[in-house]
Amino acid sequence: MNGLRYCFLALFLFQVTAHSRGTGDMGVLIERGSGSVQIIETSGNTSLGRVEGLGDLSHASVVYSRDERFAYVFGRDGGLTKVDILNAEITARTLQSGNSIGGAISQDGRLVAVSNYKPGGVKVFNADTLELVADVPASFNGGDLRSKVIGLVDAPDQKFVFALWDAGEIWVLDMADWAQPKIEKYRNIGRNPYDALITPDGRYYIAGLFGEDGMALLDLWNPSAGVKRILPDYGKGEQKLPVYKMPHLEGWAVAGDLAFVPAVGHHEVLVINMRTWQEAGRIKVHGQPIFVMARPDGRQVWVNFALPDNDTIQIIDTQSLSIVKQLKPGKGVLHMEFEPRGEEVWLSVRDEDRVEVYDTQTFKRKAFMPATKPSGIFFTARAHRIGL
Amino acid sequence: MTALIWSALYRIELVFMVSFILSASVYAGGAITAGRQQELRNLLIQDCGSCHGLKMKGGLGPALLPSALRNKPAEMIKATILDGRPGTAMPAWRNLISPTEAQWLASLLLQGETQ
Repeated sequence: MNGLRYCFLALFLFQVTAHSRGTGDMGVLIERGSGSVQIIETSGNTSLGRVEGLGDLSHASVVYSRDERFAYVFGRDGGLTKVDILNAEITARTLQSGNSIGGAISQDGRLVAVSNYKPGGVKVFNADTLELVADVPASFNGGDLRSKVIGLVDAPDQKFVFALWDAGEIWVLDMADWAQPKIEKYRNIGRNPYDALITPDGRYYIAGLFGEDGMALLDLWNPSAGVKRILPDYGKGEQKLPVYKMPHLEGWAVAGDLAFVPAVGHHEVLVINMRTWQEAGRIKVHGQPIFVMARPDGRQVWVNFALPDNDTIQIIDTQSLSIVKQLKPGKGVLHMEFEPRGEEVWLSVRDEDRVEVYDTQTFKRKAFMPATKPSGIFFTARAHRIGL
Repeated sequence: MTALIWSALYRIELVFMVSFILSASVYAGGAITAGRQQELRNLLIQDCGSCHGLKMKGGLGPALLPSALRNKPAEMIKATILDGRPGTAMPAWRNLISPTEAQWLASLLLQGETQ
């Protein structure tokens, strides 16, 4: 009997220890080489544990529940996994398609949506149980074909917005009524949208185009105005370089009225004036930019690059629009994630099997830790930001 | 007579052996150093894998499993690696990968030696 009592006591103590911390300084880093995630914390820059068995995690991404306790991990192989980061365990998992590319969590945190390549479309799940709530096939060409879906984000009023790679369309999915999802379609937005973003206020959805120059802009406050083309001329007359890696737009870089985006197939970061949506400048950089991410205060923009320049990071000062620092963390710098107030940034260095933490003021490396082919890094502060 | 037959057989065997060794050396990468092979394998899984999937089951780009490549000659795969596919997201890798290396990568894909 005593033994049983000790058991309960131990269990009780374990529960208390396991839960006696907040999660606001925690995060998850994807180890794509081993189909696992590491759970980390940014106060002491340490690893807290690892969760395995998440499948093919190439291009995996993560969104968080609003209580910042659960990470929803979107794998390449259609796997959607709900991870309890306090207890480092999987609480739900579903293989919801053959091939997927990321997802989003709804404004109220009750729905998780996944964008799929195969079969092309979006599936929406109950965030609590991962039961299917809605299935939205990305049909086009009179329903004959299905498009790969990219750039899925959440938007205010229980909406999800995404773009169709093959069809060149933007769709707005209204999930206010679970039983009757409503879809608004915007056609002919341009060839092959490759990724998209939503501004931090949830107003503008912008899709980058791979198949032609420019970007497609949808003002969600004035949807009847339709999709407008911006930056139509940025690559005109110049030979595009081979694009060894698709740029990402998810790390929306905004500083004041300026937005910074990667140019496709050029060694340039484009600067857009967000009042006029006109080009405000081009910054020559070291290679083809992949992520162009602003420190949370907007003072700096950090840029990483595609092959063969993926060992380098450049830092742009957003006042002078000039490069103030170049770092060489090692081969395969895939992703960057700023701590919520920006004093430190984490970098994944895939080919070195390492994650590094830099001070953003001194640019000195402050910590590093081993990780198996690390890619995306995602901190819980994303839980409270529209579009992340 | 028997000696002649034996000698003929021996020659045939020799030819077979030489051709076997030659084909094996193409397959094993021939002039590609072990270090470079390691780099290329990593590139194939990690960088090609960004679009084709770490397990080559496809993504933005098509699947590259042996079953998916069944009717594709090695030469065609090699050419696709080197020169890309215009009008798609597949870039020309010629600046980063030599023809011999592309040939070797094609053989890895066809043999399913990408895990």
